[in-house]
Amino acid sequence: MSETTLAAEQSSTEVSSSKTVTLRIAKFNPEHDSGQQFVDFKVPYERWTTVLDAVLDVKKHLDHSVAVRYSCRQASCGSCGMKINGRPRLACFTKISELNSDVVTVEPMNNYPIVRDLVVKLDKMFANHKKMQPYIIREDSEVTAPTKEFNQTPEQLEEYIQFANCIKCGLCNSACPTMATDTSFLGPQALGQAYRYVADNRDKGKNSRLKIIDESHGIWRCHFAGSCSQVCPKGVDPAMGIQLLRGYLLGFRK
Amino acid sequence: MRESTIMKIHYGTALGAVVLVAVHVLFRVTMMNYEDSLAYENVLANYKYIPYAIMLELILVLLSVHGFNGLRVILLELKQGRGYEKAVTYGCIAGMAGLIAYGSRTILMASMGIT
Repeated sequence: MSETTLAAEQSSTEVSSSKTVTLRIAKFNPEHDSGQQFVDFKVPYERWTTVLDAVLDVKKHLDHSVAVRYSCRQASCGSCGMKINGRPRLACFTKISELNSDVVTVEPMNNYPIVRDLVVKLDKMFANHKKMQPYIIREDSEVTAPTKEFNQTPEQLEEYIQFANCIKCGLCNSACPTMATDTSFLGPQALGQAYRYVADNRDKGKNSRLKIIDESHGIWRCHFAGSCSQVCPKGVDPAMGIQLLRGYLLGFRK
Repeated sequence: MRESTIMKIHYGTALGAVVLVAVHVLFRVTMMNYEDSLAYENVLANYKYIPYAIMLELILVLLSVHGFNGLRVILLELKQGRGYEKAVTYGCIAGMAGLIAYGSRTILMASMGIT
């Protein structure tokens, strides 16, 4: 394993201190490599430097071949999910200084096929998300006269609003122990979204969604480990959503 | 059968089994001392007392249903595939039916005094 150092003047990070960290990046190309390999890079960092900044510094100056997916850099797009020091996190939302470690290991997320290096294939997550019919289902529409809009009380909004914060980054699915063994499991992301629409009082598609999740690899395979809720960068609690959905299926909730 | 119905049965059998096994254990420790309760004649006497034999039969059914469904769930999470899942489901139903049949036969024979 080689260690490459980034000279201070080369770094995109404005250097005002001598702090450096070893960034261990997992490299793997399924088309050529037989297994994952770690390559170490020494990079300078500041209090505000995020793991994504460091990875992009490496990509810019030391190893152009590092594959990483990113876009907004402000925890809104959900593109830069990866395993940082063993825990699924958003690279743009994780500061190196907060990790309290001299070595920062970045790997692709678990439970997804690897495209290359830190990039994983999210197709299945999006397919499961679509399966949940993530839209309001009802006969009439807000634009149909004489209805102008569907009113909701703050209490009705409170029922589901945190689940609407999901950015589809896939960290919850990556942390889920059931997904590690059951490749057909719908996953906490999809189930959380199912709850988001089931709990929305404007929606009339509850029965259809409950039918979709009530299958042998559906909601009942969740063991309530709760790791999905722990890793969510937007504070969504899919584990709670799953338990509340079970309430509908068991007849405790209407 | 829908998965929610299966899981309702799963939770129901678990609760039922806990209650009945608790009654069974209480009988063991309150009627006589525990060692005596395991003596051959005393065990046979349980089966000959019809209400108790019915309770044992119920425990057998509840635990078989719960246990084999639990096994089905574990096996479904372990590996996926249409053929495999069908085999697991039917295999578990067959195992459950076999265990209930064999256990019921034992309870019936013991209660009729055939040993």
